[in-house]
Amino acid sequence: MARTLFEKIWQAHVVEQMPDGTCLLYIDRHLVHEVTSPQAFEGLRVAGRQVRRPDATIAVVDHNVPTSDRSQGIAEPDSRVQIETLERNVAEFGVPFLPLHDTRQGIVHIIGPEQGISLPGTTIVCGDSHTSTHGALGALAFGIGTSEVEHVLATQTLLQKPAKNLLVRVDGRLSPGVTAKDLVLAIIGRIGTAGGTGHVIEYAGEAIEALDMAGRFTVCNMSIEAGARAGLIAPDETTFAYVRGRPFAPQGEAFEAAVQHWRSLRSDPDAVFDKTIVLDAATVAPMVTWGTNPEAVLPIHETVPDPRDAEDPARRQAMQRMLDYMALTPGQALAQVPIDVVFIGSCTNGRIEDIREAARVARGRRVAPGVRALVVPGSGLVKRQAEAEGLDRILTEAGFEWREPGCSMCIAMNPDRLAPGQRCASTSNRNFEGRQGPGGRTHLCSPAMAAAAAVAGRLADVREFA
Amino acid sequence: MPPFTSLTAIAAPLPLANVDTDKIIPARFLKTIARTGLGVHLFDALRYDEHGAERPDFVLNREPYRAAQILIAHENFGCGSSREHAPWALLDFGIRCIIAPDFADIFHNNCFKNGILPVRLSRAICDALIADASLGPNARLTVDLESQIVARPNGETVAFDIDPSRKRALLLGLDEIGETLQRASAIAAFEGRHRAASPWIPGLAS
Repeated sequence: MARTLFEKIWQAHVVEQMPDGTCLLYIDRHLVHEVTSPQAFEGLRVAGRQVRRPDATIAVVDHNVPTSDRSQGIAEPDSRVQIETLERNVAEFGVPFLPLHDTRQGIVHIIGPEQGISLPGTTIVCGDSHTSTHGALGALAFGIGTSEVEHVLATQTLLQKPAKNLLVRVDGRLSPGVTAKDLVLAIIGRIGTAGGTGHVIEYAGEAIEALDMAGRFTVCNMSIEAGARAGLIAPDETTFAYVRGRPFAPQGEAFEAAVQHWRSLRSDPDAVFDKTIVLDAATVAPMVTWGTNPEAVLPIHETVPDPRDAEDPARRQAMQRMLDYMALTPGQALAQVPIDVVFIGSCTNGRIEDIREAARVARGRRVAPGVRALVVPGSGLVKRQAEAEGLDRILTEAGFEWREPGCSMCIAMNPDRLAPGQRCASTSNRNFEGRQGPGGRTHLCSPAMAAAAAVAGRLADVREFA
Repeated sequence: MPPFTSLTAIAAPLPLANVDTDKIIPARFLKTIARTGLGVHLFDALRYDEHGAERPDFVLNREPYRAAQILIAHENFGCGSSREHAPWALLDFGIRCIIAPDFADIFHNNCFKNGILPVRLSRAICDALIADASLGPNARLTVDLESQIVARPNGETVAFDIDPSRKRALLLGLDEIGETLQRASAIAAFEGRHRAASPWIPGLAS
């Protein structure tokens, strides 16, 4: 029977199936960070249980870490306790760990692929919703809660029901100045924040195949913002070239054998999807969000929408609430909205390719007066690579701050946060109320668009910054 | 996990769609290594002003809803992050049941792991229950898991669907990890087959 890519990976990992369809699913890779794991390790300790496969588990600190000089340790007491707790737990349970001062430290969803820990055809979980990122390699990767973290630590399995299949096919090619971030924002704008609920999204089509791995990670990363359990892209030559030679990836003959298998990881031509959405890449423009969830998004050349145009009264009320929070007026040109802060980084857009994009716009220009612009590499290795290419100099000469790796202002658990009322052009993934700090206002966009906003002092169309 | 069998309690109306996990519990309160004590931060931005004073118009700051154990909301409740701190905060406040047209997947999962019953009912029924819940001191609903029924103050009942294995786990307050560990031999057998079929997935121990 014809199968989707999701079904192929799923079926290869079913340990047992219960009468009601619930499956005991085997997990190949478990990524652990400091925020969602302390209670899970504590649960193991209380019950006298062990980690079943420390060698399939890896831990890193990312959410809480300061992105300024950290040679003096971590000043914020709660953050320090959480990080020290992880350090104690990995030592006690024998879990491999990338500590704060390791060059390889970084955001968990950047370092998994970067280290070759995340591989095509594997199941990957992490106590973080953006685990969907790793699906770009053709892995089934999804976020879980802390109880499930504990379940995976103890059993290397999860109790799950299979998801439904949603195919998002993107035909044609993206226009110049339009990136993977714009594409995924356009997809979320089309299907909505709950459009993927209960589904795994497989992205396919010419525009997806043309993306480099960085772009594919960005697209899969934001699958959760459409409510999907996971995002998937069939592995191809781009994927294999990316994985080859990475530290934890198979090497030599084992790699060649793996590639032979990985080539079978694609949906059969007559596979049945529960839903299919088709987009024309050529119609996608540089995008920016105007509201407080990622589906509230428009092309940068548009104007702020008018709640009075919404037919459903609840929708009208929700739009008005968003505009009140965002301090925007219907009809206002998005490209005229002044900004205070720019954040370039996160698991969505903290890769070397993203920093190159930002530097390309920043080169020879200056951050507008009064604007604070942060660039936070996704990992220590991204930072080192950017410095080797001189990108840090281009950015700092233009007035950007060049910082240490971590989640930073995407989640504002460390000192990088917006003050109430501040408005930020951000390459992160969520524009929820207060996400970047209480009262902060977030406009999601691509790295190039964020850099353009920094220079213009307002949301700006990157196509004017060629 | 505390079992969930039947609950008769005050229901609080929260007629908002897309209530995200940052709204349920902002990230700055996730810097804890405990599961308890988060109830005071539940719905922080909706519940308190910038000086930390209660906003008198927010439902959970009003009587009788301070004692609510049931919450009724609109579509896509719990969207956003995987933080289990969201159900922990709800539970710590006293909420044991959430009724909405639909839930985000990870939040939905997380509820079941904590003895919270998420009930999916149509938007029209949710709106009727929200009207019930707005009756003040009479805003009591009964949610019975065994019979899969919500009983309204006027005596009408509404049936809801639930996955049989999840129902059983909630009714018994099962320790799922303990249950799965009883399948250890099946897991070990799978590992043997899986290693043979996919020898290129190396261990991470350095």
